[in-house]
Amino acid sequence: MDMSIQADLNVILPEIILAIFAMLALLGGVYTRKDGAAPLLVWMTGLLMVGLAAWIATSGEGTRIAFHGMFIDDGFARFAKVAILLSAAIVLVMSQDYMQRRGLLRFEFPILVTLATVGMMMMVSAGDLMALYMGLELQSLSLYVIAALRRDSVKSTEAGLKYFVLGALSSGMLLYGASLVYGYAGTTLFSGIIQTALQGEVSVGLLFGLIFLISGLAFKVSAVPFHMWTPDVYEGSPTPVTAYFATAPKLAAMGLFARMLFDAFGGAVGDWQQVIALLSLFSMFLGAVGAIGQWEFKRLMAYSSITHMGFALMGLAAGNAFGVQAMLIYMAIYVAMNVGTFAFILMMERDGVPITDIRALNMYARHEPAKALAMLVLLFSLAGVPPFLGFFGKLYVLRAAYEGGLVWLAVAGVIASVIAAFYYLRIVYYMYFGEEGEAMDTNSSPVLWGALMASAAVMLLGIVNMFGVEGAAAAAAATLVN
Amino acid sequence: MIAFAFYLFAVSAITGGLFTVISRQPVHSVLWLILAFLSSAGLFVLLGAEFVAMLMVIVYVGAVMVLFLFVVMMLDVDFAALRGEMAKYMPLALLVALILLMQFVMVFGVWESNAAAESLRLQATPADRHNTEALGLILYDQYFLLFQLAGLILLVAMIGAIVLTLRHRTDVKRQDVLAQMWRDPAKAMELKDVKPGQGL
Repeated sequence: MDMSIQADLNVILPEIILAIFAMLALLGGVYTRKDGAAPLLVWMTGLLMVGLAAWIATSGEGTRIAFHGMFIDDGFARFAKVAILLSAAIVLVMSQDYMQRRGLLRFEFPILVTLATVGMMMMVSAGDLMALYMGLELQSLSLYVIAALRRDSVKSTEAGLKYFVLGALSSGMLLYGASLVYGYAGTTLFSGIIQTALQGEVSVGLLFGLIFLISGLAFKVSAVPFHMWTPDVYEGSPTPVTAYFATAPKLAAMGLFARMLFDAFGGAVGDWQQVIALLSLFSMFLGAVGAIGQWEFKRLMAYSSITHMGFALMGLAAGNAFGVQAMLIYMAIYVAMNVGTFAFILMMERDGVPITDIRALNMYARHEPAKALAMLVLLFSLAGVPPFLGFFGKLYVLRAAYEGGLVWLAVAGVIASVIAAFYYLRIVYYMYFGEEGEAMDTNSSPVLWGALMASAAVMLLGIVNMFGVEGAAAAAAATLVN
Repeated sequence: MIAFAFYLFAVSAITGGLFTVISRQPVHSVLWLILAFLSSAGLFVLLGAEFVAMLMVIVYVGAVMVLFLFVVMMLDVDFAALRGEMAKYMPLALLVALILLMQFVMVFGVWESNAAAESLRLQATPADRHNTEALGLILYDQYFLLFQLAGLILLVAMIGAIVLTLRHRTDVKRQDVLAQMWRDPAKAMELKDVKPGQGL
């Protein structure tokens, strides 16, 4: 074998292992024709992902570029990959019990999640517009399918179809933008685009292409005005799938966003800064206001995620290394909070039937003081109330916006987070001061209980040193922005 | 002559696209779309990319559009009702389209490629080798990773189609390949020696 291809394959070894694992699992599933092995497969997939995350975190130094610049393995990619793999593994394991009891746990589910994760890893390592698109499609296509996994439910099918049609539209915009950029720059490689963008004034054509690219990616992170799909898809999908949507793909899309903006258009920060700032502003406010009228927990989390994406985009809008660091820290904290919150939602049941109405939480604290307390910590953290970890995430992005010269955006962010605090605190109100209602089931799976408690503990203990995420994010951001 | 051919194909491609959207009969839409594809295949020939042009004809016109035709004929979709729904949004859509069109005109009016673009761009028709060979070299060498990823994406599409539509029925007798293969005459037949004049 050629030496250079050998070296290239070494760089993408984690992705290859994951993809081959998925294919072997598929063969195994097809030949045994057994969905009964699916729980085992879920745990194996989770273990493999954790193992790969540990491997990526400990190995790998510096920046390695493979496949003629299409694949970049640097500190930024490694940080994002570790976070993606860990969150995907936790959410997958969390989903096992819920899916199994409802007959949704087919062996294809962990396989599709694995392939989506491969796509995400490709996304954050993309060094080329085509590699970006391929990774994005691999991820999105898997997600469309698992959104419609409960195929006998109209809502789930609608969620899958809506996600698919709108996702295809956004892919179209992305591709159109990519073709305009290619027309201007003559190459799809980020390293080539940044060369052409650096030379003097940024041309109108390049800018036009960039706007389309940003629109396409804004859809994937559900930033306003490309957010319409989020509440419906979150509500209609099976809850574990929603939990997955709200964590790893968001992180991957944010990573991809940062990678494209800095690697390909790093020379034109002034040109995209205002666009990102505007997306951030709209997302924060629409998410905050839109969630006020929501009683359905999953819809509420959809609006909550829109707000959080607004904050993460604020870090990007700063346009410097500190902003990227703030974005990475914010996303890591966001994912950790969402894992716990969705563990709680997955436990909300009455007589074995899932309940997602927040009014059903009346006086929850009396029956389940421990879980209610953990949820209280998470909700305060989501709202950004000090001294919980979520507050420090917000503090980081606000500081980044301030230092990036976007004082107005930082001020708007503070106002939006005050508005958003309302609906988080309303849940707390129901849990502690609501009227006595029908009690919910108290038995719950140890995995979900553990995830909820661990997530709440992270929100409390993380304020000591953020478990080293701060330093890792700084190192990651430094490799992206220079 | 080339310029004439270009404008011919370009106009017919746009006409085809336009009528795909506005024709009342869905079957007509599909036929118009075939025209659009054929015209763009012609444009590819003009560019010297014969292989892509043939691919366009064989894959899009030959396979995809025939499939489309079947789907359109088999699905019982009330297109008139869909259109009525669409008409509500028409004024807004037209406004957005108009603004977008104006922006396009503005952008393409001052369009210029980067000075370095010509040298960065890959040569579609290298002098020393023919079209198909050049494409193969790019696809399996430079774009090797993308090629493999495309394979994975197709795999996901296949898994997705099966996951969402396949229903195992328990009331049908299924074929068991192994059992069939292990069958031999001893298991499958019972030989009876029937004496003349006697029944079994």
